[in-house]
Amino acid sequence: MTPLAKLLEAALFASARPIATDELASLDPEVSPAELQSALDEIREHYDVEGHGVELTELGGGWQILTRAEYTEAIERAQLAARPARLSGAALETLAIIAYRQPISRTEIEEIRGVAVGGVLKSLHERGLIDVVGRAEGLGRPLLYGTTPVFLEHFALRHLEELPRGDELAIALRLPPREPEMASAVDENE
Amino acid sequence: MTATFSEPAALESGFVVELTAFTGPLDLLLSLIREEQVDIYDIPIARICEQFVIRIRSLGLNEAAEYLEMAARLLRIKAQMLLPRGDELAWEDPRAELVRRLLEYQQMREVVDVLERRGEERRNQFARAYLPQQAAPPQAPLALSLAELLSAVDRVLRAARQPNMHEIIPRAIDIPGAISIIRSVLTLRARIMWTEIVERGAEPWQILSTLLGLLELAKLGELRVLQPKPFANVEISRDAASEAA
Repeated sequence: MTPLAKLLEAALFASARPIATDELASLDPEVSPAELQSALDEIREHYDVEGHGVELTELGGGWQILTRAEYTEAIERAQLAARPARLSGAALETLAIIAYRQPISRTEIEEIRGVAVGGVLKSLHERGLIDVVGRAEGLGRPLLYGTTPVFLEHFALRHLEELPRGDELAIALRLPPREPEMASAVDENE
Repeated sequence: MTATFSEPAALESGFVVELTAFTGPLDLLLSLIREEQVDIYDIPIARICEQFVIRIRSLGLNEAAEYLEMAARLLRIKAQMLLPRGDELAWEDPRAELVRRLLEYQQMREVVDVLERRGEERRNQFARAYLPQQAAPPQAPLALSLAELLSAVDRVLRAARQPNMHEIIPRAIDIPGAISIIRSVLTLRARIMWTEIVERGAEPWQILSTLLGLLELAKLGELRVLQPKPFANVEISRDAASEAA
């Protein structure tokens, strides 16, 4: 590996969190973005081609070295590390709504989910997956919630745009093709 | 009738299973629509409504509040569907708002599937664990002479010998005194003003004593206190009843 790739590898190994590209760049002020990217590619190829137990992953706005999934069970069985608890269905629904509609208030989330979400919001906030990003104008100035970098890390997303766009979902909020009359009724109700 | 198909299952499955099975009324409604294989744009509202009510019967009441609200909504739509349509062109489908919400919910559930898959993939990979907080370095070994130690002990003992004293200020309020003054004044005059029994330039404790004495006597029924309006002078008079007695 090139010296730059080795430097990056050491930094990635030392860090417990994903390291953003500009943070990696600060390791060596001489380095250009293109050189940085090729060094990262070099590390990734090195791991993939030579067959390492870890891989280099881009997520949460940065880069992180992760163990390969095939070794997870053995590691967990030996009690060297434990997988985090799965999120509940209610938590995932709430996160999905926040991810797409942020900044969004509790009331708006409850309108979509049809249930109270106060407790879910609290536990998501405690896990650092969401944060208060502002306050809405209007009555009571309700808190507005948004997702955090931890959210991206948790779902191994590079950025929010990696989630399917609204029009890519199988059932988008589009007009039903067969009944144009009903579609107009939907619009009027909005 | 379709009612027979889910009722036993719903009753047997009971409370906890139902709670974890559905994340909310829209979730339950969507699953019914799938089970019944009906068109989401043309929901047979009477049938779905009936199924919905059967299913929520197995839920505890506290949790079911949101489901009951949905049941009421379904019943209302069902009633609206039964009304004569009149002008077919101007007719608005009473199900439209529900369909919009269901589609929105369904869309969100698709995102949930994506998140669930991505989350599970990430869950199966470990990052470098967070380093625990570095333990504080051990204290350097003690390096001091016996004299230093003894003088330190001496300092501690001298500091400890100073007793922790609190100065207790006696309550300077003299209510019995104030009461006897007010009583003697009232034996001379039937009616007196507050400003007359409190001297100008009186100490706070004197004013307070007089006030408390006054309230005490009023409580005992020996006198009446009358203030015509807020912050006005207070008129104190012998109580007519106690005077008669």
